[in-house]
Amino acid sequence: MAVITTGLTILTEGAPNPGEVVAASGTFALAPLLIAIPLASAVVLLLAGRRANAWGHLLGTAASAASAVLGVVLLVAMMGQPEDARTFNQPLWTWIDVGSFSADVALQLDPLSISFVLLVTIVGSLIHVYSVGYMAHDPDRRRFFAYLNLFIAAMLLLVLADNYLLLYVGWEGVGLASYLLIGFWYHKPSAATAAKKAFVVNRVGDFGLSVAIMVMFATMGTFSFAGVNETIAAVDPDTVTWIGLLLLLAACGKSAQFPLQSWLLDAMEGPTPVSALIHAATMVTAGVYLIVRSNAIYDLTQTAQLAVVLVGTITLLMGAIIGTAKDDIKKGLAGSTMSQIGYMVLAAGLGPVGYVFAIFHLLTHGMFKAGLFLGAGSVMHGMNDDVNMRHYGALRAAMVVTWATFGLGFLAIIGIPPFSGFWSKDEIIKAAFAEHTVAGVAALLGAGVTAFYMTRMMAMTFHGKARWEPGVHPHESPAVMTVPMIVLAVGSAFGGLALLFVGNIEEWLAPVVGFEKAAGPIPTSLLIAMTMAVVVVGAVIGWRQYAMRDVPRMAPMQVSWATRAARADLYGDAVNEAVFMRPGQYLTRTLVWTDNKVIDGAVNGTAAGIGGLSARARRWQSGYVRNYALSMLLGAVLVGAALALVRFA
Amino acid sequence: MNALANLGSVVAAGPIGVEPDTGETVTFWVCATLAVLGGLGMVLSRKAVHSALFIALTMINLAVLYIAQDALFLGMVQIIVYTGAVMMLFVFVLMVVGVDASDSLVETLKGQRLLAGIAFVGFLGLLLAGVVEAFDGVPFVGLEAANTAQGTNVEGIGALIFTRYLLAFEVTAALLITAAVGAMVLTHRERVEPRKSQPELSTERFAPGRHPVNKPSPGVYARNNAVSMPALLPDGSTAEDSVPGPLRVRGDAREADLLALAEAEHLSAHEAVTVDDPYGPGPGQTDRQASGEESRP
Amino acid sequence: MNPTNYLVLSAILFSIGAAGVLVRRNAIVVFMCIELMLNASNLAFVTFARMNGTLDGQVVAFFVMVVAAAEVVVGLAIIVTIFRTRNSASVDEPNLLRL
Repeated sequence: MAVITTGLTILTEGAPNPGEVVAASGTFALAPLLIAIPLASAVVLLLAGRRANAWGHLLGTAASAASAVLGVVLLVAMMGQPEDARTFNQPLWTWIDVGSFSADVALQLDPLSISFVLLVTIVGSLIHVYSVGYMAHDPDRRRFFAYLNLFIAAMLLLVLADNYLLLYVGWEGVGLASYLLIGFWYHKPSAATAAKKAFVVNRVGDFGLSVAIMVMFATMGTFSFAGVNETIAAVDPDTVTWIGLLLLLAACGKSAQFPLQSWLLDAMEGPTPVSALIHAATMVTAGVYLIVRSNAIYDLTQTAQLAVVLVGTITLLMGAIIGTAKDDIKKGLAGSTMSQIGYMVLAAGLGPVGYVFAIFHLLTHGMFKAGLFLGAGSVMHGMNDDVNMRHYGALRAAMVVTWATFGLGFLAIIGIPPFSGFWSKDEIIKAAFAEHTVAGVAALLGAGVTAFYMTRMMAMTFHGKARWEPGVHPHESPAVMTVPMIVLAVGSAFGGLALLFVGNIEEWLAPVVGFEKAAGPIPTSLLIAMTMAVVVVGAVIGWRQYAMRDVPRMAPMQVSWATRAARADLYGDAVNEAVFMRPGQYLTRTLVWTDNKVIDGAVNGTAAGIGGLSARARRWQSGYVRNYALSMLLGAVLVGAALALVRFA
Repeated sequence: MNALANLGSVVAAGPIGVEPDTGETVTFWVCATLAVLGGLGMVLSRKAVHSALFIALTMINLAVLYIAQDALFLGMVQIIVYTGAVMMLFVFVLMVVGVDASDSLVETLKGQRLLAGIAFVGFLGLLLAGVVEAFDGVPFVGLEAANTAQGTNVEGIGALIFTRYLLAFEVTAALLITAAVGAMVLTHRERVEPRKSQPELSTERFAPGRHPVNKPSPGVYARNNAVSMPALLPDGSTAEDSVPGPLRVRGDAREADLLALAEAEHLSAHEAVTVDDPYGPGPGQTDRQASGEESRP
Repeated sequence: MNPTNYLVLSAILFSIGAAGVLVRRNAIVVFMCIELMLNASNLAFVTFARMNGTLDGQVVAFFVMVVAAAEVVVGLAIIVTIFRTRNSASVDEPNLLRL
């Protein structure tokens, strides 16, 4: 507390000019520790080897918790500042300094990044605690915690970076951590393949980000957020559009948005805490962060904004449809994640009316989706790691805490007031209607589908008749797992309320991303009523179909084409395979063939030809003196003839 | 020398009353024909001795042509050194070496003769073309002035050798000595120890480890005379030396005394010797057969 | 008398000698062929001396003779030595120049 007060006094004494970026001092100078602590812990855990097995998970959790505490301290300190002086910049050192190119390692602390810091560290810490129980029997638990800490550090670097290049470092860092954690059980071929797939698909997005950074540097000579925000207005509009589209490509890769969505469903091969932390709450939302952070760019380009809206709308529907058909509880949740991030991207594409709500939904989603995943993990824990919901049913009695926490998350995600999802999603739908009616209708429909598939999930898992596999004895998880679930459930229940009315998130984020009240054609009250009606209809259909009726233990084969398409992830993999993989394979085979036959053939043929000629020429070397004499005389004749030709010609 | 010079001028000038050039022309055509015939004969004759005689013919004709061209000294040297000494050396070596398969005129290298013919024709054609192109119509200056400048041809050559070509002459001397030494080194076989006298040879023969007489023949005192069967010495032991060394090394030598022992047992037991005895029927076979039949139960 | 005649004779004899070297296998006959070639060149030298009116050509021919004598001595010694070890005077026999 002393630290905070000193920080506050220092900053109030400093009395910076309003609206300017302030050099970080006092408490805010602690920001690098946010990254350094988990990074150091990861290094220790990775290098210490087996002797750290006994206490590795404790160190990892402590490091994450320390960052969380530090984050809270920084938040409090920031709240003590005037509203328009909450952006702090802290240069650490010069990273690259070559000619006109200069890149600093510098951190930027502002309301947007502190929101992410808190989400990442708090949810991350809860999931660390949960993992202590979930991974208790895994021989590689220490490595798991090392990777988790690595992820926390990279994610914090991503959100704290003050320029795109450093952001890119964090971007790649979380990609690496994601790869390592999806493939954590690398002895399973499916996990190893899924990790590789995630990595490769992310590469496509990373390509977009790197090119965007290069374009920024080429046109503006800078890639710091402040510099870009200042100079972007003077840039050619087409270039701005291209930057926006490239950044969107990056966001699509990281956030599993259409058309780069295919990796997320497979990423569920990783341990469930990973799915909760990385592939639901934090890393996959980095794309949204990137778009919101680049608001100055998107505000200038209608085309890129429209593309963002399009991508978000398509993905929110796709994810929801995929979610309806999945029997694997984690894949169902993954589809849901896609869909919810689709909402955020849609909001981010709406401009100043949406940025705040994109982040708002991101935060609430981070809480309730992490809670849902942890609940799913808890169910799996009790069901011998079975993920098939058709083998669940009637689990409410067996695991009451899980049911209650999962239920709160369920209410939050489908948007029942006053739970957190209602506040954020409803605002997005409202903003969507205000800007693009089609997107608004899609968002409204998506809410209904969300209600349907979440009800289906809830009903198939906790209600109806027991369809357990023989020998399965469902039981509640230990306290170390349930406590984080309870905390997240509380967040799911009241997080929205707290953020909106206590935290006043609109005003909190407005200095960074700007904010406008959405003024739609439909009155707010009517819109809420419509949304609620759609949600209730979806939930009732789901309940009737999956709680009131018997659910077959085997997935029915005689289903409509729509179900088949949804089960096949709307043919995302098939399209990728047909459009990219097969031509790539053919190209590779052609190249290999060319290399083997044409290039090697030329080289080997030359060698063979020379060898053959040599073998023939060798016969001249007969060893007979008379042969040599003959050669000499013939040579003399030839030379003489040549001379004669020259002489007489 | 004067006589020789006169001879040269007479040959060059031709018979009296004829055009001065005619004598030389006649000489040339006769000698040239003979020289070419000699060369061809040398190449084509089957025996090396004939070749030697043919080339001697060529050389003598060339000597005549030298003399006809006012090169008296060279003509004489050609006859004395070449035809006399060098060709005699050839014949002498032929005597040492003798005749062998290389005298055969059958060509063993594939295509050698054809290519040699092509090379011959091409080379000759080139030479002739060159000669005709370069020298046709160029007259002789003649050597009268040069030969008489120092007195005679020999004196003129001597003056040149000991003045302008002195260094070459000295080097030639070194070359000749080297050649002589080289020939001696190549052909000489040195005896490293004196020839042994008869007493020494006799002493050597009776030295320990040596056989003063022939080794015993294998199988002499054994029951058969196969080469692998060692001879039996008078005391009943075997003479290992009697079996050839390679057989002993290969382990093919047989044990004669064991066989003899077995034979003795056969005889004492009156058993029949099987017909497929690898060493053939021995003496007294019929006796044993008879006794074998008797002993059968 | 035209000097060309002598030179043509020289060329013919030289060519015969060269062909002989190529076709004969007896080392001694090969030597004789070489002698023939040397003699042919000597004839050319003598002719040149007469053409130019100086004795230098004859001196060179003289040196050729000396060298030829030296060569014959050494060459025949070599032939005798080879004959001792290989019992043959064929030039095809010692084809050890081959790999």
